[in-house]
Amino acid sequence: MIELKNIEKVYRTDTVETLAINGINLHVAKGEFLSIMGPSGCGKSTLLNIMGLLDQPSSGTIVVDTQNTNAFSDKQLAGFRNKKLGFIFQSYHLINDLQVLDNVELPLLYRNISSSERRELAAAALEKVGLSNRMSHFPTQLSGGQRQRVAIARAIVGRPEIILADEPTGNLDSAMGNEIMDILLRLNEVDGTTIVMVTHDEHMAKKTHRLVRLFDGSQVQ
Amino acid sequence: MFKHLIKLIWNRRKKNSLFLAEIVVSFMVIFILSSFLIFYYQNYRKSLGFNYENVWVLRYSNPPELKEIDSLVRYYDQVRNVLKSAPQVKSYSFSGGNFPYSNSISNSNLDYKDKSFTGVNVYSIEGDYPKVMETELVAGRWFTAEDSLNKHKPILITKTLSQEMFGADNPIGKITGKAEKEAEIIGVINDIKSDGDYLPSGNSMFSQLKPGDVKWAGRILIRVSPDADAAFESNLYKLLSNTMKGSSIELSHLYDIRASRNRQTTTPMLIFAIIASFLVFNVSLGLFGVLWYNINQRKGEIGLRRAIGASAFAVNRQLVTEALILTTFSLLIGVFFAIQFPLLKVFDLKSSVYFIAIFISCIFIYLLVFICALYPGKQAAAIMPAMALHEE
Repeated sequence: MIELKNIEKVYRTDTVETLAINGINLHVAKGEFLSIMGPSGCGKSTLLNIMGLLDQPSSGTIVVDTQNTNAFSDKQLAGFRNKKLGFIFQSYHLINDLQVLDNVELPLLYRNISSSERRELAAAALEKVGLSNRMSHFPTQLSGGQRQRVAIARAIVGRPEIILADEPTGNLDSAMGNEIMDILLRLNEVDGTTIVMVTHDEHMAKKTHRLVRLFDGSQVQ
Repeated sequence: MFKHLIKLIWNRRKKNSLFLAEIVVSFMVIFILSSFLIFYYQNYRKSLGFNYENVWVLRYSNPPELKEIDSLVRYYDQVRNVLKSAPQVKSYSFSGGNFPYSNSISNSNLDYKDKSFTGVNVYSIEGDYPKVMETELVAGRWFTAEDSLNKHKPILITKTLSQEMFGADNPIGKITGKAEKEAEIIGVINDIKSDGDYLPSGNSMFSQLKPGDVKWAGRILIRVSPDADAAFESNLYKLLSNTMKGSSIELSHLYDIRASRNRQTTTPMLIFAIIASFLVFNVSLGLFGVLWYNINQRKGEIGLRRAIGASAFAVNRQLVTEALILTTFSLLIGVFFAIQFPLLKVFDLKSSVYFIAIFISCIFIYLLVFICALYPGKQAAAIMPAMALHEE
C-alpha cells in the first residue's frame, strides 16, 4: 500500500544541516495497522508527513497504492491526498469558527459533491464516531476526546484507504485515549483501512499489527 | 465552496471588523472624490459655447467729471472710434460686469406661464457680442438696432433653458415675465460654460444694452486678431488711456481670466485628490497588513486544507475570494451610505453622477483588495503543508 525507498530528509539552514530521516525503507501492507515509535525529535512526524505527501523527502521514492508520487504536481498531490489519505493530528487542527458538521465536511469541499450529499456523508461519519448529537456545536464547546473524534470523522468522511495519525492520543487522558484507539482499531478491522500511527505510548502501539522504532532518523526495529 | 466561505466569514465577523471598517471608509473617500471628478469631467467634455481666445477685457470706470448720460455717450463714442480704427481689433462689445469667467454675478428670475426659473444668469451686451465671443446661435436671431423700438424687451436665452421652458415648442416670439418685466425671446444660443471648463453651463439670458447703459456697463470685450501681440496691446492701451482721460482702465486677457477661474476648481480638487491618494495608499498598506496578519494567523488552517486536498492554487483562490466577499459586505454598507447622497442631494449633483461614482469606486476597491490579497495569499499557499501545520 505504501512503499518508502531510501527516504532521506535533510533540513538545511545557512550554517547547520540536520539529517532528520536517514535512509528509511518501509513497506506498509494494505489493511495493516502500523505504529511508529521513538524518542522526541527522532523523525517520526517527519516520516509520517513524508508518507502523507505533506512534505517532500530530500531523496528517495514514495510509492502509494502502486503510484510513484515523486513526479506528482502540486495539484495531483492535493487530489491524491484528498482521495486516498486521511489525517489525524495530535492537536486536532479543527477550525474553531466552523461547526462540527462543517469541519467534518471540509475534505468533501474539494470534491465534486453536492451540498446535501456532503451533509449526509459528514453526518454518517460523525455517527460512526459517536458524535451525531454534537453536529451543531463549535469545537471550543467540546472536550479533547470529542474534538479528536471530530478529527477522526473528518479523516474518514472521504473514505480514504489510508489514515495517517500523528499522536492521536497524545493530548488525551488514558480513558479518552483508549476510546480513540478503539475507534481506530474498528476502522482498521471493520473497514479494512490501512493505518499508520505515530505514538509515544507503548500500550497503544502494542494494540497495532506492527511496530517500527526510529532513533536519530534511522529505523532500529 | 462559496456557501462555506460565507459561513466562515460570518462566523469570523468580529475578527474581520477592522477590515470591514477600513474598506467602508476607503470606499466613501473614493466615492466622494470620484463623484466630483466625474462631475467635472462631464462638464469638461461639454462644448464651451464660445471662444475665449484672442478676447481682451477692458475694465473702465466713468470719469468723475462726467455726470450726464449724453456726455458719457459722447465720451464712449470716442472710445468706440479708437477701437474701430485699431487695425487688429476685429470687433468689440460693451458688457456688464457679468461676462464669461468673471466672478461677477447678475441673476434674475425668468417666468413663463406656471414655470419659474430662478438664478438665470443675465448678460447685458451689445449687438456685436456674438462676433466677439463667437457664440453659437441655434434659433432666431441676435439683436438689431430696431429692437429698441419693440414693445417688449428682446432677449436671447440658452438652449437648455429653452428646452426646460418650452420643451419641443419653438421659443421664438414667446413672451416671458409679467407686466412691465415682459420680454420677448428673439433667439436661442448654445449653452455657455461661463463659470469655467469644469462647471456646468447653467441657464443664461442675454439682454441688449441701451446707449445710455454704458454708464454702468463697466466692461468692453474686444476680439483681436491672432497676430495681436504685446506691442499692439501696449499701443492700444496708450491710445485708450489718452482717450479715456479721467477714467481708470485695466486691460486683461480672457485666456488668463479663464485659467484663474479654472484654478478655483482644480486647486481644491487637486489638494483633495492628493490627500485621498495618500489616504488610499495608507489604506492599501493597512489592508495588506491586515490580510497578511490574518493569513499568518491561519497557517494551521491553511496547512489543514492543503493536507485534506486543497492545492496551493485553491488555497490562494480561497483567501483572495474571502477578501473579495468581505469587500462585498463592506461595499454593501458603503453603497447604502453613498445612496443617501443623491437622495438627500448632498452636493447637488445629478443622480447619474453618484451612480457612476458608486460603480467606479466599487471597481477600484475590488481591484485594491484583489492586489493587496494576492501576494499574502500566494505566500501562504506556497508553504509546505507540513510546515504550515507545524506553525500553528
